[in-house]
Amino acid sequence: MQVADDDKALAEFVYHEARLIDEKRFDEWYALFADDGRYWMPLTRGQPEDAGHTSLFDEDKLLLKIRIERLRNPNSYSQAQPSWCQHILQQPAVQSRAPENGIAVLRTPFLYIEYQQDKQELYAGVAWHHLNVSREGIFIAMKKIELLNCDAALPSLQLFL
Amino acid sequence: MPEYRHNAANIRALVRDDAVHRDVYIDPQLFELEMERLWQSAWIYVGHDSQVPNAGDFYATVIARQPLLMLRGSDGAVRVLLNRCAHKGAKIVGARAGNCGKLLRCSYHGWTYALDGSLRTVPVKSGYAGTRFQESEAARGLASAGDVATYRGFVFARMSRLGMGFEEYFGGALSSIDNLADRSPVGRLEVAGAPLRYMHDSNWKMFVENLNDTMHPMVAHESSAGTARDLWRDEPPEAPKPMVIEQFLPFVSNYDFFDKMGVKIYDNGHSYTGVNFSIHSRYSAIPEYAALMEAAYGAERAQAILAESRHNTVYYPSLTVKGAIQTIRVVRPIAVDRTLIESFTLRLVGAPPALLERSATYNRVINAPTSVVGHDDLYCYRAIQEGLAASGNEWVNLQRNYSDGERQHLTGTHNGTSEVSMRGQFRAWVAAMAAEANA
Repeated sequence: MQVADDDKALAEFVYHEARLIDEKRFDEWYALFADDGRYWMPLTRGQPEDAGHTSLFDEDKLLLKIRIERLRNPNSYSQAQPSWCQHILQQPAVQSRAPENGIAVLRTPFLYIEYQQDKQELYAGVAWHHLNVSREGIFIAMKKIELLNCDAALPSLQLFL
Repeated sequence: MPEYRHNAANIRALVRDDAVHRDVYIDPQLFELEMERLWQSAWIYVGHDSQVPNAGDFYATVIARQPLLMLRGSDGAVRVLLNRCAHKGAKIVGARAGNCGKLLRCSYHGWTYALDGSLRTVPVKSGYAGTRFQESEAARGLASAGDVATYRGFVFARMSRLGMGFEEYFGGALSSIDNLADRSPVGRLEVAGAPLRYMHDSNWKMFVENLNDTMHPMVAHESSAGTARDLWRDEPPEAPKPMVIEQFLPFVSNYDFFDKMGVKIYDNGHSYTGVNFSIHSRYSAIPEYAALMEAAYGAERAQAILAESRHNTVYYPSLTVKGAIQTIRVVRPIAVDRTLIESFTLRLVGAPPALLERSATYNRVINAPTSVVGHDDLYCYRAIQEGLAASGNEWVNLQRNYSDGERQHLTGTHNGTSEVSMRGQFRAWVAAMAAEANA
């Protein structure tokens, strides 16, 4: 497959990724991650990457799969009244390209709104997409989410930023 | 609504041997009284002394809605001071944690205090000449908690001046903190990083009761842990389990497992599940850790320490401890239907990094505001909070495995699925809430 890997195509990928979450097209979303892909939301600013630190999310594909399947489980009582979410993205900016390993890094400031049962929560932050770009396509090596209020007392956050 | 503040009999009528009235969870008047009575007379967890390693280090928190500071003095002692300037009442420290140097200085009029809370300087003190200032409350400096005790690094405070001593209050329940600290080859713990802070829109007691409620995991967590189990089902039995699978699977163990786990009850509302084994018993061994423990304690003692695998220990009403996985959860009631739960990861000093990684993973997967397990639990607490508004039945049933013999003797080991831990908590609750001194 021929992949358009210019900056515009990379930005389109980021928009598309957010849209799949908002529309709950989770199988398609899951397929965007590389086999060793990571979905990470640190608990503190400047948090090191190693596993000795607690995070809000630090999901490999297995954990993502558990979350996705759980959302469909009829006994997921916390979703008896389903949550919905909406991403509002600033234009993704390509921060770096490394042709030798095909990794592109994009920075995308965002607003994220999660809604359930008459309550609407507003979050803000910056998403960093580390993308594997090759002839096979574009895949997420890591999506890192720097949440503005990562150290705040938070209510249940049930979908994906 | 009955009157409670001046009527101890009405409070006593809320708690039967095997049931409690819904008002204990939903009446704002009772919440006020809990903050004034139970949370004043009980020993409340403040923080861990590893959070304030150096002189001038402080950690600010709120207990029974009062702003407090845990502060390391220049003499090395950890004190618990009220975070309130003696002058006009401004909080003396605004950050959650930090170092204040050699003095605490108020942001408003610049009064300064030594690290023991005593008043050091007041700008243009001549303004107080001839005012009997030395007799004022302000001259006494920062107020302190009624009493403070540090046990294996865990700092507790009792807000009221009078009350039960620390050792008497917790009694044998302190063995869970011992087991947690003993799991370090050098017997020391450190708070590792920031806490997960999860706001619960439910009464604090629902969380505390749930920690030793062993009849809910296979129901409430079927959607999360059960999904993990189902996704792993097709793997061959010899396939090494990823850490998260190992942590999820025991949540959907059967009733018999949780019943045989056992629950131990102490006076004053404390208890722990997992007397015989727990959901943490079958984690993979971490190479070299056992050897370090044996070198530190000798083979027999090391084995005894690691063989303990307690599930949750409730230090009523403010702290729950998971020794086997080195996480603690701190309960901060905010309103009758609002409770902050802060979950800390602890590092076993001298142990291999793999233990911290396991604790940090468990804390995230189970206790974070993003945790699917947390979502299950909070949904249920919230369902109770709203459901109790329904009329027709004003009682919450706590009858499982009740027997009249409990009136004389509640403490000791019971079957794991008994609701005896909740009955014990309400016995402590009513004793503090309807004490003669309040009548």
